[in-house]
Order: sequence, then C-alpha cells, then structure tokens
Amino acid sequence: MLEIKNLCKTFNKNSIDEKTIFKNFNLTVEKGEFVTIIGGNGAGKSTLMNLISGSMISDSGKIFMDDKDITFFPEHKRAKFIGRVFQDPLKGTAPNLTIEENLSLALLRNSKRNLLFGKTKRNLEFFKEKLSEINLDLENRLDTKMGLLSGGQRQAITLLMATLINPKILLLDEHTSALDPKSRDKILNLTGKITNDKNMATLMITHNVENALRLGSRTIKLENGQIVSDLKKEEREAAKSLL
Amino acid sequence: MNILVSTCSQGLIYAVLAMGLYITFRILNFADMTAEGSLTLGGSICAVLITNGANPVLSVLTAGLIGSLAGLITGFLHTKLKIQAILSGILTMIALYSVNIKIMGKANLSLLGKETVFKIFENVPFFKENLQFSIFLIGIITCSALLLILNLFFKTRLGIAIRATGDNEQMMRAQGANTDFLKILALMISNSLCAVAGALIAQSQGYADVNMGTGTIVIALASIVIGEALIKENLFLLKLVAVILGSVCYRFIIFFVLNLGMNPSDLNLFTAVMASILLSLPGIRKTIVRSVTNVGNQKFVQNI
Repeated sequence: MLEIKNLCKTFNKNSIDEKTIFKNFNLTVEKGEFVTIIGGNGAGKSTLMNLISGSMISDSGKIFMDDKDITFFPEHKRAKFIGRVFQDPLKGTAPNLTIEENLSLALLRNSKRNLLFGKTKRNLEFFKEKLSEINLDLENRLDTKMGLLSGGQRQAITLLMATLINPKILLLDEHTSALDPKSRDKILNLTGKITNDKNMATLMITHNVENALRLGSRTIKLENGQIVSDLKKEEREAAKSLL
Repeated sequence: MNILVSTCSQGLIYAVLAMGLYITFRILNFADMTAEGSLTLGGSICAVLITNGANPVLSVLTAGLIGSLAGLITGFLHTKLKIQAILSGILTMIALYSVNIKIMGKANLSLLGKETVFKIFENVPFFKENLQFSIFLIGIITCSALLLILNLFFKTRLGIAIRATGDNEQMMRAQGANTDFLKILALMISNSLCAVAGALIAQSQGYADVNMGTGTIVIALASIVIGEALIKENLFLLKLVAVILGSVCYRFIIFFVLNLGMNPSDLNLFTAVMASILLSLPGIRKTIVRSVTNVGNQKFVQNI
C-alpha cells in the first residue's frame, strides 16, 4: 500500500553542512503491517516520517499510496489518510480546546469544515464510547480543557484522534519517549490494541529494541539512510530470544 | 447623565474593534497590525459613500466587506509569501494609508449634516434631541448582534478549526486542515470588524480622517486585557462579553483621568502603560508564587 521508490533527500545542499540522509531509498509497507523502526540518531528515522507525512518534500524519488502518486501532495491533503502521533505529547492536541472539541476535529478530518455545529449528540455518544475503550476515566470529562490533562493522557487521546477515522497509515514518531515508565507501558499497550483492531499500516520509531521486537510484525534497522536489517516473523523471534 | 451615556456609547463602538482584535490577538495568536489601517479604510469608505448619498447602513456593511480584503492581503503576505506575521500587518497598514487618501481624495472628509446610521431614530422625538442615546442604542444593537453571531460561529466546525489553528497549528495540519486558509479567513473576519468599527467611529465623530486609526490597536488591546481582568470565565460567550465590558470600562477610566486633569496628549502613554501592566500581570503573579514556594522549599530543606 505504501511504496517509497528511489527517495533522495539532502539537507543544506551546496554548503559545508551538506548532509545526505537518503540516497535511492526504497521501502514497501503492506496493508495491516506494523513496522517498528530502530536506529541511532541521524539515521534518518524522523526524516523518513516527515517525508511520508509531507512536512518535508523529497529532492527526488516517488511516494505512492495505494498506487496513487502522493509525492507532491501538501501536508494537509495527506493527513486525510495519514494519522500521526508526535514525540511531544503537547504537539498532538489543542490545549485551550476541550476534549470533545479536539476529538471532533479528528472526526471531521475527512469532511468539510462548514458552518454546521461542531458539537452533536451523536458524536458525543461515539466519543464517550471511544474514550471508555482507552480506560483513562476520561469519558465523563469531555468538557475538560485538553491543557489540564497529563502528558500520558494527552498522548492517549492523540493516539485515539490519529486513528478515529481509520487512516490508511499510522505514523508514530517515538510517541512514548517523553512519558514516564507507567504511562509508556499504557500507551504501548494501547498502540498494540488499536493497531490490532484496525486494518492499517503502521510505522513506529522507537529507541527501545525490546519494544521494537515485542510490538508489530516487522522490524527495520536504519543506518545512514539505508535499511541495514529487515526482520520478519522467524528472524524477529530469533532476535527476541537473544535479548 | 449625558456624559455617562456618551462614554458608554463610545465604549460600545470601540468594542466592535476590540472584538475584531480579539479574534486575531487571542484566538488566532497573531499580532495583526493591519487593524489600524482597516479601521481607517472602513471610515474612509463609509464617509465617501455617505457623502455621495448612499444609505448609511449599507455604507457600513460595504465598509466591512471591503475591510475584509485588507485581512486577505495580510493573510496572503503571511501564509503564501512567508512574511512574518507582524511585518505583513505593518506592510498592509502602511499601504492602506495611501489607499485611504486616494479613496477620500484628501486627508479628511466631513460628515456634517449628512445622513448617518445614528439618525435612524430621528422620527422618535426623544432620540432627535439626544443623539448620544441614539449612538448608545445602535452600539448596543451592533454589539449584541456581533456577540450572538461570533459566539455561534466559533462553535461551528469551521470556527472550532480556526480556534484550534491558533492553539496548535502543527496539530491542525496533522488533522488535515489547510491552516493557511483558516488563518486568512480569521484575518478577514477580524479586519472586517475593524472596518465596521471605523465606519461607526467616523459617523459618530462626524468626520473620517486618515489618521483616525493611529493608536487604536493599543486601545483595543487595553480593552481586551481589562475585560480579561474583570471576567475570568472560560465560556466563549463570556469572553466576548468581557471584551465589550473592557472597552466600556476603558472609556470610563479615560474619562476619569481626563477629569483629574491629565493632558489629552498623554493618553497614549497612559494607555500603553496600563496595557503593559495588565498584560504582564499573569507573568508577575507566577514569579511571585514561584519565589514564595522557593522560600518555602528552602525552609523545608533547612529544617531537615
């Protein structure tokens, strides 16, 4: 479903600081596949996410989504089929809006932003149901301002918002690294649950090798913009036993 | 009594401007300097239309419509040409100075003896003798109408999207929103309100002047922060009410200090200082709380 072909990206071209991240990078991710990505700093993990989500545009190469060329789609157009969760829990939600308003923004991702009321009774029930699924006792606090919640709670809601309308692909950029151990486990479990329930492709960056092998169905290691290892079923099991 | 009403009505008319600035300054988080230019633009257009015999109400609406174009230009400069927010506003404001003189044909235009919106109630004997009451009534009507419309608008899907853009732009882009469009739209609404305010101000003072906008941003900001100090509720409707109340309050403060003998030319200095103090209050409060807790912590550590 997601196909990256001969992708190239160089920062600060024609200067002393020139840094080539990707040179003819190729990656294909199938529907329902959960890919965990590991690799050191500067390996190109986040750049890859940014290129897929459209917050950066590649120098050359193509990105296809379901055989459609999205290489030059602007960020907001890609967002219609890409769900994203950032590393910083504060980045995924609007702090001065209520939980309900945040969720309704996510629900309306694919519809017109018109003059109909943002709050409806039908949506309210739907949000309550979804919030009760993540077990944070937030289902009766829909009128609470987002900014009053903890980082873990906000990240859980960001995850919910990213997947509320079934994106084709979910991008998780170290989405647990700013959280305390307890919240981290909660969010990881939630990630596993949500991705199991929905049939979408998922890319998750993590620095934790154990999590990378425990979650998902495929693990990629990036180094200098190259895939140096690409582990699937049996190889992953073998790698896990080495931990 | 008359002075009370005229102070109130001036506050109500300037409240339209303050509500416009509230949209950019507080909701969109965008320091929009266009406001001074679009206020004068509204005044000039309205004055020209009225002197040419147009219906006053239609003139005000036209001024609002054209004022939104000023917001469109600022928004275009900022979002498409990537010029800093504050600079794009200043550029449009400066350009509007020349445009406004072109519109009026000279630096100012008198509306003396012309038809204005405030003469709508002329057939009612009481209002004919007391123009101030008529300005007051029009101010009340305009402010309540705007209160209702803006409150409804910012609860629609589009309105929530604009609020979220001001709150967290990156998140809105990740949610598939064209934030450039939303910003331009908010700027257009805001500047449209500023132009309406300009049209009303010109009619109430009896002339449009190319410098009528100077210093009005600070007045609007002062009104907003006074309002926020008065009403601290979270409800959106009450936040708008606070802006109106703040604008009226500001006029009373000005009336008071002028009566105490302050030189009118010192008013800008006074307003700026007042706005600075009110804007810095939350930060100062935080510092005080922190230093108090620090003292507490140190004592706690010493006791161990």
